[in-house]
Amino acid sequence: MAVTVETHGALADAARAMAGGGTYMGGGTVLMRGVNDGSVQGRLLRSTDPALRAIRATGDGFTLGAGVTMADVLASRDLEFLHPVARVIGGPQVRAMATVGGNLFAPHPYGDFATALLALGARVVPAAGGSPRPLDDILRDRARPHLLAAIEVPRPRDARAFGFLKVSRVKPKGVSVLSIAAHLPRDGGRLRNVRVSYGAMGPAPLRAVSVEQVLEGQSLDPATIARAAQVAAEGLDPPTDPISSGWYRREVVGVHLKRLLERMA
Amino acid sequence: MAMKPVTFTLNGLAKAAFTEDGQNLLDFLRRGVGDMAPKYGCGQGGCGACTVLLDGVPHLSCLTLAETVEGRRVDTASGLAGATISPLQEAFMDRFAAQCGYCTPGMLMAATALLAKNPRPNRDEVIEAISGNICRCTGYEPIIAAILDVAEGRVGA
Ligand SMILES: Cc1cc2nc3c(=O)[nH]c(=O)nc-3n(C[C@H](O)[C@H](O)[C@H](O)COP(=O)(O)OP(=O)(O)OC[C@H]3O[C@@H](n4cnc5c(N)ncnc54)[C@H](O)[C@@H]3O)c2cc1C
Ligand code: FES
Ligand code: FES
Repeated sequence: MAVTVETHGALADAARAMAGGGTYMGGGTVLMRGVNDGSVQGRLLRSTDPALRAIRATGDGFTLGAGVTMADVLASRDLEFLHPVARVIGGPQVRAMATVGGNLFAPHPYGDFATALLALGARVVPAAGGSPRPLDDILRDRARPHLLAAIEVPRPRDARAFGFLKVSRVKPKGVSVLSIAAHLPRDGGRLRNVRVSYGAMGPAPLRAVSVEQVLEGQSLDPATIARAAQVAAEGLDPPTDPISSGWYRREVVGVHLKRLLERMA
Repeated sequence: MAMKPVTFTLNGLAKAAFTEDGQNLLDFLRRGVGDMAPKYGCGQGGCGACTVLLDGVPHLSCLTLAETVEGRRVDTASGLAGATISPLQEAFMDRFAAQCGYCTPGMLMAATALLAKNPRPNRDEVIEAISGNICRCTGYEPIIAAILDVAEGRVGA
């Protein structure tokens, strides 16, 4: 085992240390597998900075430290809109360890929380400083190291505006065949600034652009929902893995999108 | 290989031992400290056989760096019995909730954490609490029944 672990009290110090190479470890639920089987080697950097575990209310939402765990989310009344998402990630032991920051970089088919954050229009705060960036940018280019300090999550317009659905084969705990998140704010009965995202439908969580185009400016009626379901798999080439073939993911995504939209109508 | 000292509380007793860089808590407890209760099932987070409590909360010891328990409280199934076995262990025996027994230390710790937080869980809450633990023998029903026996005060009945 050729791993060296460095723990920094301040995240900024970990960020500086990472410039010299190394892998940042959050909760370790993904990385420790690699440490155990020897595929992760070299420097492992950690931080015990208390800011990583902080949940702060801001004007229009919340700032979650990158080290906030799924269990922390479930313990926060403010974050009730995210409870249906955190609750379906792993079992209780995984939820006590799995962090929000780690979820953004967890490989396919993981990333259910990232999928929800993408639909909500979250922004990420780099540990090295600088202005927050849209989560979309980070998810498009996950290979590049981006050490994150926090995630800014806008509050959904109202409880009805945000919906999440995860499809898994093993209940109550199982990894995703796919997950879908939708933020559908309404303005005078019309959908405005629609964001719909998928997990496990590509190499990383992604926006369902064709679906968003169909929904934008419409009312959420049966005809619109049917049109959205029709284009649900447009432009997507989901991976095949032991949970599901890419073909099956494409076949069923429209059915599940329809169910989610009907629930939100 | 760098060795790091770790001091922590194991089942109520102060412990100090050295951990290797990158060593997981499961290996550290078994090889370094000699507590053989937590089991190695997968080393991947999937089975829950290695479940221990960290400050009262169930964690997967195979995915936890040993050095992160510095100053913390670790509880394993070795600490459940006093002069006699605990009511939860008794219920597991009464209900035949252990067949090969490999999952049992993890199941016991998941159930211990649940009952400490919620002494009267319902069936769904019990199922949720052990959803990170796999049992290949019992079909789960005897385990659920044993935990509900404790919750509903039927132990030894
Ligand atoms: C049994 C089991 C079941 C699971 N079920 C699910 C599930 O249902 N849904 C799901 O989405 N996931 C699931 N996971 C995967 C994983 O637990 C989660 O995705 C978790 O959120 C990953 O976070 P972590 O802190 O443990 O990541 P780590 O293992 O610490 O890190 C994962 C990756 O993220 C990077 N990283 C961590 N923190 C930061 C940061 N602050 N800045 C930049 N990069 C960072 C690491 O460098 C690494 O590349 C499961 C895992 C297991 C073992
Ligand atoms: S050995 Fe830790 S979860 Fe299987
Ligand atoms: S009793 Fe054999 S795995 Fe549970």
